[in-house]
Amino acid sequence: MRAIITVVGKDNMGIIYNVTKILAAYRVNILDISQTILSSDIFAMIMLVNTASIAGEFTAMAAELKAYGEAEGYDIHVQREDVFNAMHTL
Amino acid sequence: MTKLAHNDILETIHMLDDQHLDVRTITMGISLLDCVSDDIDAVCRKIYDKITQKAANLVSCGEQIELEYGIPIVNKRISVTPISILANPFSPADCVKLALALDKAAAATGVNFLGGFSALVHKGYTKGDRALIAAIPEALAQTERLCSSVNIGTTKAGMNMDAVREMGQVIKQLAEKTADRDGFGCAKLVVFCNAPEDNPFMAGAFHGVGEPETAINVGVSGPGVVKYALEKVRGADFGTVSETIKKTAFKVTRMGQLVAQEASRRLHTEFGIVDLSLAPTPAVGDSVATILEEMGLECCGTHGTTAALALLNDAVKKGGVMATSYVGGLSGAFIPVSEDAGMIAAAEKGVLTIDKLEAMTCVCSVGLDMIVVPGDTPAATIAAIIADEAAIGMINQKTTAVRLIPAPGKKVGERVEFGGLLGSGPVQPVHRESSEAFVARGGRIPAPIHSLRN
Repeated sequence: MRAIITVVGKDNMGIIYNVTKILAAYRVNILDISQTILSSDIFAMIMLVNTASIAGEFTAMAAELKAYGEAEGYDIHVQREDVFNAMHTL
Repeated sequence: MTKLAHNDILETIHMLDDQHLDVRTITMGISLLDCVSDDIDAVCRKIYDKITQKAANLVSCGEQIELEYGIPIVNKRISVTPISILANPFSPADCVKLALALDKAAAATGVNFLGGFSALVHKGYTKGDRALIAAIPEALAQTERLCSSVNIGTTKAGMNMDAVREMGQVIKQLAEKTADRDGFGCAKLVVFCNAPEDNPFMAGAFHGVGEPETAINVGVSGPGVVKYALEKVRGADFGTVSETIKKTAFKVTRMGQLVAQEASRRLHTEFGIVDLSLAPTPAVGDSVATILEEMGLECCGTHGTTAALALLNDAVKKGGVMATSYVGGLSGAFIPVSEDAGMIAAAEKGVLTIDKLEAMTCVCSVGLDMIVVPGDTPAATIAAIIADEAAIGMINQKTTAVRLIPAPGKKVGERVEFGGLLGSGPVQPVHRESSEAFVARGGRIPAPIHSLRN
């Protein structure tokens, strides 16, 4: 099962480190990362991950990432890839 | 790597975060035909047991899908077999017991509404229909989550004008019984012409007799998303407007289809239909009226509104139909006045009148929905409004419905608050001239000539 993680917020040191640390703890494999800085200081990252061998619950991992985002001022979404495929591909 | 473009991913996030994109409801239809008995206590026990068993995981499954897919699923609901079919041996007082059992089952499963306290009387009444309709005021006054509907006409059968007259009286009685909440009970009662058997939306949902044992029906939403998409094509011609709405409706419906498939798989229940609807909420930015205004109207209700709504309704269907394997329910744009911030504002200005709303219902999915009228409106006037609306449905071979709230003690210009998704509405004027003698005739209006299609 694959999921898309999006992280948007004010750029700060250690965002990627902190997000990937949580993913590694859950044994979630990162397949691809794309990251850019919008309008000079907005950090935007899209990750494609494989959760096939996740250690623990998908929803717990999503909640932990969301909690990290809320604490640090990032908008973090974790969604199964199917949503985007359904909406944007025929 | 994924074949998805980053823009597409961010567009979806933007729709969910800022444009109120959601799945409006997952509704589980449950057949109660096997709960029949001539012992009222046995029926109550059987329907409670069946509903709580079949829908035991409905709410938790919906919540799990929400978390995994990041899509808000606003309501989880249940629809059941029209209860009048089970009510044939019973009195109105017994029917109230059935209502309480249904309400208790709804509370036990955690759904916010259960629909199906219903009767289909378009051609005439059975004993059970009479008992159930007589019980509606008491049943809805005593319950929280129960919704009721009565089908009084079809294109095939014509209109049952005795039932039309009776429903005018039932609505008045129900308003009086819930007078402490400004007639709130009436928000849970819909009078239909051509009622669909697989509608997932309340208050009119029921699980028709042609439906399977259980089914998952999903209603999508997304007025905010359509409004935002149209902001980007300001001034463009109507071909562009239509194309933009179609593309947006396609995406919204694909999301609904995904949720419907996933929910039916997880609940081991047949996938019924996706209802291609634009259902507004009272939240700012989630209004059908503002879509019409975005097309160039100063205020919803002014000249041009019916044409704008016709285009919107048609484009939503054209975009949605390819996105799902089975379409059903009401499918189209909803115009419930109290549930739509733009409609409320237009009604308060006096631009959006009941007469204009009636015209709009000729080209959209439902009917005169969530309209507050003065508390002293006579039952015959309400019946005549139902008759007008049902005639539109009957002649145009479409579903029409009436959900009016004659708020006790309230006068034109006052405002009534229902709270939550039901919103608030200004009391709107109705014509004061009597329809009494018209409604008193009774009998049936015969089916129109174009019902003879065989």
